[in-house]
Amino acid sequence: MRHVIIGNGVASVGAIEAIRSADRESPVTVISSEPHRVYGRPLISSLLGGRIREEDIYYRPEGFYAANNVTLLTGKTATGINTQARKVRLESGEAVPFDKLLIATGGVPFVPPVEGLDGPDVYFFTTLDDARKLDILAAKLRKIVVLGGGLIGLKAAESLHDRGIHVTVVELADRILSAAFDAEAGGIIARRLAESGISLVLGNTVTKIVRIKKRARRVVLSDGGSVPCEAVVTAIGVVPNKALAEKAGIGVNRGILTDDFMQTNVPGIFAAGDVAEAKDMLWGERRVTPIWPNAYIQGRHAGLSMAGAARPYPGGIPMNSIEFYGIPTVSMGISTPPAEGYEVLARLEPEKNCYRKLVLRNGKLVGAVLVGRIDRSGILSGLIRNGVDVELLKQEMLRDDFGFSDMQPEIRQALLAAY
Amino acid sequence: MRRATLKPPEGNGMKRVYQKEDVCIGCRLCEIGCIVEHSPAKDVVKAFRNVSPRPEPRNIVEERGPLSFSVNCRHCDEPACLHACISGAIAKDPLTGIVGQDPEKCVGCWSCIMACPFGVIRKNGAQSKAVKCDLCAGRTIPACVEACPNRALVFEER
Amino acid sequence: MLYCAPNKKYSDFIIVRDPDKCIDCRVCARQCSYEAHVYDESTGKVFSDDTRCVGCHRCEAFCPSGALLIRQNPSEFRDNAVWKPWFIKNIYKQAETGGVLLTGMGNSYPYPVYWDKMLLDASQVTNPSIDPLREPMELKTYLGSKPDALRIDAGSGEVRLAGGFTPQIAINYPILFSAMSYGSINLNVHKGLARAAEEMGILYNTGEGGLHASLYRYGRNTIVQCASGRFGVHSEYLNAGVAVEIKIGQGAKPGIGGHLPGEKIGPEISRTRMIPIGADALSPAPHHDIYSIEDLRQLIYAIKEATDYKKLVFVKIAAVHNSAAIASGMVRAGADVITLDGFRGGTGAAPTMIRDNVGIPIEMALASVDERLRQEGIRNQASLLVAGGIRCSADVVKAIALGADAVYIGTAALISVGCTVCQRCYTGKCPWGIATNDPFLAKRINPEIAHEKLANLIRAWGHEIQEMLGGMGINAIESLRGNREKLRGIGLNESEMNILGIKHAGA
Ligand SMILES: Cc1cc2nc3c(=O)[nH]c(=O)nc-3n(C[C@H](O)[C@H](O)[C@H](O)COP(=O)(O)OP(=O)(O)OC[C@H]3O[C@@H](n4cnc5c(N)ncnc54)[C@H](O)[C@@H]3O)c2cc1C
Ligand code: SF4
Ligand code: SF4
Repeated sequence: MRHVIIGNGVASVGAIEAIRSADRESPVTVISSEPHRVYGRPLISSLLGGRIREEDIYYRPEGFYAANNVTLLTGKTATGINTQARKVRLESGEAVPFDKLLIATGGVPFVPPVEGLDGPDVYFFTTLDDARKLDILAAKLRKIVVLGGGLIGLKAAESLHDRGIHVTVVELADRILSAAFDAEAGGIIARRLAESGISLVLGNTVTKIVRIKKRARRVVLSDGGSVPCEAVVTAIGVVPNKALAEKAGIGVNRGILTDDFMQTNVPGIFAAGDVAEAKDMLWGERRVTPIWPNAYIQGRHAGLSMAGAARPYPGGIPMNSIEFYGIPTVSMGISTPPAEGYEVLARLEPEKNCYRKLVLRNGKLVGAVLVGRIDRSGILSGLIRNGVDVELLKQEMLRDDFGFSDMQPEIRQALLAAY
Repeated sequence: MRRATLKPPEGNGMKRVYQKEDVCIGCRLCEIGCIVEHSPAKDVVKAFRNVSPRPEPRNIVEERGPLSFSVNCRHCDEPACLHACISGAIAKDPLTGIVGQDPEKCVGCWSCIMACPFGVIRKNGAQSKAVKCDLCAGRTIPACVEACPNRALVFEER
Repeated sequence: MLYCAPNKKYSDFIIVRDPDKCIDCRVCARQCSYEAHVYDESTGKVFSDDTRCVGCHRCEAFCPSGALLIRQNPSEFRDNAVWKPWFIKNIYKQAETGGVLLTGMGNSYPYPVYWDKMLLDASQVTNPSIDPLREPMELKTYLGSKPDALRIDAGSGEVRLAGGFTPQIAINYPILFSAMSYGSINLNVHKGLARAAEEMGILYNTGEGGLHASLYRYGRNTIVQCASGRFGVHSEYLNAGVAVEIKIGQGAKPGIGGHLPGEKIGPEISRTRMIPIGADALSPAPHHDIYSIEDLRQLIYAIKEATDYKKLVFVKIAAVHNSAAIASGMVRAGADVITLDGFRGGTGAAPTMIRDNVGIPIEMALASVDERLRQEGIRNQASLLVAGGIRCSADVVKAIALGADAVYIGTAALISVGCTVCQRCYTGKCPWGIATNDPFLAKRINPEIAHEKLANLIRAWGHEIQEMLGGMGINAIESLRGNREKLRGIGLNESEMNILGIKHAGA
C-alpha cells in the first residue's frame, strides 16, 4: 500500500501519525512545495514579532520523518493527479504513484481586487517565507498598511508593530475580527490595539496602491482618504487551495468535498485541512473551517481511513485562541447567532477588558466568546462537543470560574468518566 | 523505576488518575504534592518559598459548597489539547500513553486550554506557558494520588 | 476585637506556627472547622487565633510542611491546689453565658483507673504457657442466656444436646463497637463500623438514632438500640439485627436523657429517626413506660414477641451505686445480655458536671454485678458486656478476668478513625469528620478507610489478647471469664480489693 500526501502542513502530520499508529510498514511519501519541514504556521507571527527563535517554529522534531519512515519531498509542487492511473505529477516532471492519496494542500491567501496589488511591496502573511521576507523588511521600513482586520491581519499588525513599525490596519467591516467575534469582543481588542499604537481604519478598504518610482508610497481608501506606507500586507483571508483537485475531476464546492471518512468522491483519495469541505458538528452540513485543530483531526481521520483503521470523523467546530497585547481571547462554535432561534447570554466588564458570551440553541451550548479570562474554556468546548443540555447551567456558565462542580451530578460524572 | 505500571494505551490499558467526589475533602494536598513533585528541590518548603510567583499545580480542585474534587488530566486517547497545539509542544508517548508537554516549545497561545474538555491545563502566568500533568513520569504513583489523605484520588485502569 | 472576654482569652491551647516552614498553603485554614486559622487575602498569609483552637490537632496532622504545633497554653494561673485552672475557666465561661457547661467524650477527671491498678498473671514452670502462633487459641465468644444445666440425649446411640438453647450470638472477638447513634456520628462512620464488624465477625450497635436504609444489609453484625426516645423504632428495625438493646442509661450521663439539636436533623437523619426535619430529637431521662423491673420485663417480652424470640434482648444501664441489685432484676426480667456502661463512657454531648461527677467506675460495677449474679446463681442466665473506658487489649483481658463476657469499645473505635478526644463532639463541628453531619466535614471519613482501621484495631487487639492468654497458659477466652485468680491489685486498699474480688500483688 503506497500512501502519498500532497502538502506538508498539520493535516499532513495528523495523517502521518494516524497511518503509523495502524501501519508501520507501508511507504508514505509527502510532497511539499514549501522547502521546509513542517512548522507551526500560526507561529509565523511570533517569529516575525521576535517572540520565538527560528528553530522553535518547527512543529515536529527534525527526525520526525525518518522516525515515521516517511519520504519527504521538499520544494516539489504537485501539478496534476491522475485518478485513473493513480499517479501524482510533479512540477519537476516526475510521477509519484499512489494507492491512497491525501490532498492536504491547505489554503491560499485571498487576493482582493485592488488596483496595484500585483506590484512590488505587497506581501502575504501565510508562510514561513512570507515571515522571513517581512522580517528583513521590518528592519528597514517605517510604515506598513495591513489589509484585513481578521485574526491573521491583526497578528501580522501586532508583530510588525512590535518591531517598531507604524502599522495601519484597514478593515472593510465596521469592526475588527468580525468573523469570530461580536462587536463587544472586537471592541475590547480594538481599544487595546489602538492604545498600543496600532491605527485602525474601519468600514473602509484600499482601492489603490500608489507607487512612486515603483515603490509603494501610500494606499487610497474607498472613502477617498489615503494612508502613507512603504509596504502592504494582504491578509483578507484564505481560500481552499483546491485547484489541483478540481482539475483532476475530484468533487469540489468551496473546498474539496469529503464524506464522514474524509474521502472525496474518488475512492482512495482523501482530503483534509484548510482545503477540505468537511462535516461540521454544529451545522450538520459540510463546511470549510480553516483552523489548526480541525486540520489535524481531519488529517488524522483521513490517515486512519487510508491505513484501513477508519473511524468516522465526528465533525469539527471552529475555535480560536489568540492573545492580543496580553488580552487572551477564545472564540468557539457559533459565536454570533446567524438567525432566530438562538439564545445569547453575555457578561461584559469593559473596565477589566473582560467579556463572556454564550450562544445556546435548543438548550445546548453551540458557541462562546471569551475575552480577558479564558481559564478552563475547554470545558465549554467539551459541552459543545458532547451536546450537553445546559438549560440549568446558564447562569453558572457565565461565571469565570464555571466548572464541573456547577453541573448536575449525573452530567458531571459522565463527563469526568470519559477519556 | 520508570512507569513500570503503565501499559501501552492500546485497548485503553492505561492507568489514569480518577477522582472520588464523595470523599474528597477539599484540602488541596494533591495540588501541593503536585507542586512539590514538579519543583527543582522536591521539598515542600523550598518549592513554595524559593519560587516566586507561586508555581501552579497541574490538577485543579473544584469546590462548591460541601462538594469538592480534583480534576486531573485524562491523558486522553484522542487528546484535544495535542490536536489544538500549534507549536508541537504537546505529544502523546506511544509507549506509556502519557500526554506530555514541552514548556520550551510552548508559545502560550492557550489553544490547549481552549480545547481540553476537562479544563485541566493552566496558565503559568509568570512564564506565559501552559502547564499540564505529566502523570509524574518516573514515579510509580503520581504525587497527587500519593498526597491525598482520604483516597479521593485513585490511579487505576478503567 | 481589642477586648476579649476572659473565658476566651485564657485559651486552653496555643498555635505555634514556624514562620520558616509555613508556606501559606491554606491547608490548615481549610481543615479547621473552628476557624482558628484564617487566610488573609490582602497579605496572602495565614494567621491563627489561639482562642478558637480546641486542640483537635487536625491542622497539625495536615500541615504539609510541619509548620504547626498545638501546645497547652503555658500561661498558667497562680498555683493553687484548690482553684485549679479548670474551675476558674469554667466559672468565667458560665459567668459569660449563664448556661450549663457542655462537653463530649467520657469523664476526664483524674479519678483512679482501676485497670491500671490490676496486673495479669503468667505461667512459669508449673503450667506451661502457650504460643498462640503455633497452637489453637480460641477467642470466639457466645452471647446469650445459657441453660442452668445441660441435658444430654444419648437415646439414639449418638450423644447430643437435648432441648437446645435460646438464641446465641457467636462473635469472633470479645469486643463489640458500642452504641453511637446515627446523628451523633455520621453515616460514613456507621458504614465503617458496620463493614468492620462484618469483616471481623463481631457486632456494632446502631445507638438510639435508628438504622439507615443502606445499613440493613449488615444485619448479621448489628445490634439495634431502643432508647427512651424510640427514634426510628419499627418492627422492621427491631428485626434488622441479631439483637435489640434497650438503653436505660448511659455511663457518661446517668439519669439524664439526650438531646440532638434540630439543626442536625437533616433529611436522611429525619427519615431514619422518623422525626420531622429540623425538630429537636429529645430522649427523655427515663423510659416513660418503665418505672419498675416488672415494666422492664414487659418491654423485654414485647420485643421478644415482636421478633419472634429470634433476637437477643440486651439491657444497658449506666454503672451507678446499686448496679448489682438492678442487674439482678434485669436478668430476672428476661434480659439475655446485661450491658454496664461505666462513668468513663463516651458521649456526643453531656453536661460537664454530670459527666464528671455521676456514676461509678466500670471495674467496680463489673466486679460487683458479676459477684452478685454468681451468688444468686443466675450468672449463666445472661451475658455481661461492659463499656466505658476500655483503652487497650489489656483492659479487655482484665475485664474478662473480672467477669465480663465481652466489652464494648466506643471512644477507642473513634480514635482509630482519627478522633483526638478534643471533647467538642457536641458542637457538631468535629474537624475529623466523625461527630458531625455537616456534609463538608463528614466526607473526611472515607468509609473504606474507616473500615480498614477499625478492623485493624480489632485484629491487633485480638493478637495481643491471644498473647496474654497464652502467657497465662489459657487457650480459650471462655476459661478466663471471671477467673480473678489471674488478677492482682497494685496500690489498692482493702475495700477496693474486696469489691474487685482480687488479691494484692505478692499475695
Ligand atoms: C498567520 C496565520 C495564523 C494562524 N493562526 C491560527 C491560530 O491561531 N489558530 C488556528 O487554529 N489556526 C490558525 N491559522 C490557520 C492554520 O494555520 C491552518 O488552519 C492550518 O495551517 C491548516 O493546515 P493544513 O495542513 O490544512 O494546510 P497548510 O498548513 O496550509 O499546509 C498546506 C501545505 O501544502 C502545500 N501545498 C499546497 N499545494 C501544494 C501542491 N500542489 N504541491 C505540494 N505542496 C502543496 C503548501 O505549501 C503548504 O505547505 C493561522 C494561519 C495563518 C496563516
Ligand atoms: S490536557 Fe486535557 S485534552 Fe489533553 S490529554 Fe489531558 S485531559 Fe486530555
Ligand atoms: S488531596 Fe485528596 S482530599 Fe484533598 S483536595 Fe486533593 S483529592 Fe481532595
